[in-house]
Amino acid sequence: MKAAVIVFPGSNCDRDLAVALQQSMGRPPHRVWHRETSLPDVDLIAVPGGFSYGDYLRSGAMAAHSPIMAEVVRRAEAGVAILGICNGFQVLTEAGLLPGVLMRNRDLRFVCRDVHLRVEQRDSIFCRSYADNQVIRIPVAHHDGNYFLNGEDLKRIESEGRVAFRYCDEDGTVSEEANPNGSLKNIAGVLSASRRILGLMPHPERLSDPVLGGNDGRGMFDSLVSALA
Amino acid sequence: MKALVHITLKQGVLDPQGKAIANAFSNLGFEGVKDVRQGKYIELDLSDRDPTAASADVKEMCERLLANTVIEDYRVEIVDSN
Repeated sequence: MKAAVIVFPGSNCDRDLAVALQQSMGRPPHRVWHRETSLPDVDLIAVPGGFSYGDYLRSGAMAAHSPIMAEVVRRAEAGVAILGICNGFQVLTEAGLLPGVLMRNRDLRFVCRDVHLRVEQRDSIFCRSYADNQVIRIPVAHHDGNYFLNGEDLKRIESEGRVAFRYCDEDGTVSEEANPNGSLKNIAGVLSASRRILGLMPHPERLSDPVLGGNDGRGMFDSLVSALA
Repeated sequence: MKALVHITLKQGVLDPQGKAIANAFSNLGFEGVKDVRQGKYIELDLSDRDPTAASADVKEMCERLLANTVIEDYRVEIVDSN
């Protein structure tokens, strides 16, 4: 599998994401600066976390219009897999590749801790290494993770099985207490209609090695390798 | 000429920042504030042109960048700089 990690001014998870990808892929991904207008031939484009452009205007809004994103959108239309984590998720919604928007957290606080996620859709290239309804522990670190979309669109993504992960407690119960940011229906990750694009607020790359205190994130990168290699 | 752009949250979209401001008013002893909605105000300095065309341009800027129309409404006002 070949992959590229996009780097914006203010990205800060690009290296961790590259390390996690390399661990599963066996080779390092390309790192592509936001001013580039073309991408190497890759199977996966990963948009990392951070604070691209200082979160000016809205999180992800400026990055979504940077030069490289026109090419990312073209590749997405051609069916290339795309993964957006945290700020990367915000960028993908602002670029129109995923529905909805990530608003300021419900309690206005930056939330930085491990959360539990229930795997809602094993049936995607991102999750096949997990079991249905498996509960995984993954960290979040964000101020704008409160997922919102209008009622009709919510109905559509629910009925099409495009909610990939929900925030839950340790036992897998989806509850208001387990919701770290006020996201609608505890939604933590969303798939595109093509199921080739995933955006999620939690950071699987931050728990992808036992030495970091957990390995639950690795399944996502292993899934991608098994699907795309 | 100038374009004055007001961006506000759509009705029905929760505004926790507005709520926090409303709470602060009550802590400060101001009474009778029933609700607060926070938005953005953006001022554009434009080269002179037909106001109708300018308004159309700025509306497109709102659609493509300044507002996220999933949650936000916008209002554009074109005024003479003088």
